[in-house]
Amino acid sequence: MINLKNFLSTFSLLAFLAIWQGLAVYLNSNTLPTPQAVAMVFWQGCVSGQLPFHLGVTLLRLVVSFTIAMLLGCAIGIALGRNKKLDAFFDNWLVIFLNVPALVTIILCYVWFGLVESAAILAVVINKLPNVIVTIREGTRALDRDLLEMARCYRFGKRKTLVHVIWPQLHPFVMGATRSGLALIWKIILVVELLGRSNGMGYQLHLFFQLFDVANILAYTIAFVAVIQLIELLILKPLDKKALRWRR
Amino acid sequence: MTDIQIDIDNKTYPTAAKPSIAKLKLSLKSNEFICLVGPSGCGKTTLLNIIAGLDNDYGGEILVGQQHTYPKIGYVFQNPRLLPWRTVRENIELALADNQPPEIIDALLEVMQLTQAQHDYPERLSLGMSRRVAIIRAFAVDPELLLMDEPFVSVDAPTARQVRELLVKLWQQRPHTVLFVTHDLREAIALADRLVFLSASPMQVISEITVPIARSERNNELAIEAFRQQLLANHPEIRQLL
Repeated sequence: MINLKNFLSTFSLLAFLAIWQGLAVYLNSNTLPTPQAVAMVFWQGCVSGQLPFHLGVTLLRLVVSFTIAMLLGCAIGIALGRNKKLDAFFDNWLVIFLNVPALVTIILCYVWFGLVESAAILAVVINKLPNVIVTIREGTRALDRDLLEMARCYRFGKRKTLVHVIWPQLHPFVMGATRSGLALIWKIILVVELLGRSNGMGYQLHLFFQLFDVANILAYTIAFVAVIQLIELLILKPLDKKALRWRR
Repeated sequence: MTDIQIDIDNKTYPTAAKPSIAKLKLSLKSNEFICLVGPSGCGKTTLLNIIAGLDNDYGGEILVGQQHTYPKIGYVFQNPRLLPWRTVRENIELALADNQPPEIIDALLEVMQLTQAQHDYPERLSLGMSRRVAIIRAFAVDPELLLMDEPFVSVDAPTARQVRELLVKLWQQRPHTVLFVTHDLREAIALADRLVFLSASPMQVISEITVPIARSERNNELAIEAFRQQLLANHPEIRQLL
């Protein structure tokens, strides 16, 4: 069964490459280079250090803004989920921030704070934060009251209650927010870089667009997708497995 | 441990039209074993939650000694309420205060025949086993007041009898006040110093009856049955409750 699964997933990748190759040969156009051409460009980018540098810059921004957004979002989400009055007050704010277009926040951040690194990070955080808050708030509302009562009755205290009673119940929601958050931040961060930074993937893609250099755009895209897959495989999947081992 | 005075004028749930508990007065003497007997749905669990400090939305007061404090409580809820992501042993250890030695857990696990299962997660246990874990947790915290809300429902009869005997043994070794909710009159007679009969809602105390049977005679089914018959004959109002 596992062999069949492995075979199918390898086969689907090969099929994807074959279709790409076929189309590229058939069209024979600069706008769709063959997989080999892209691989060559990718290799050159790696050797020259350009690709790792810009990818690294973007990754660093991703890590910083993701961390800030998740920490703040979890704290605010738990607070809103536990406190009805706070929730009633901030609910409107949340709806506003959820619905401001990403591009608007980015432009406003740059206009108000200048074309600086902190403005870029802030723009990403503001875009991501409301999503985390909403997800974690839902999770907090769904907390098991029986278990919370048990914790109170046995005098668990705040820290013990958070670690042993609340956090394990929030885990699926946090993982959901993490996955959707990574995908969202990836997309926004490129626009942020394109509009107001002089390095990073977004900046590079902008350059390649002006040169109509599709091979490089595809090479960067592949690097991009590979990094996300690695994060999923090496960090998120093991976390899931560890946290869910108690399930039948 | 000091006496506990329970005096609840009125407990009405926000969505309910009439009160669940009205003018309920009950005093628990130190180290007394009390069984609360009443029809299901009459508000016994509500009462236990108020005493445990889980429900503060009521009119009245609870005095421990002369103060409004909470004693150290062990609570066996109607459902086991174990943390599914912690093992049996971790569930019990978490309830212990920091200065309590964990050795007591080993002895309790052994008596409850759960030593084998101590590193399993609760989802892999049967309901009866989960209930026993919940009972161990309540014993292990060394409570001043032990609240038990029909703890032997869905525990098989031999185990229930065993745990009941253990409960009495532990209670005699280290006296504490026990408030035990049941609707099984035989069980109540076998365990209690004093029976408290409660009416349907609004819940009130109908009568309080001291069980005269000596502790050494509590295993004698005949003595218990005889007392039960006598009780029902002398107090027709109790018969209606059951």
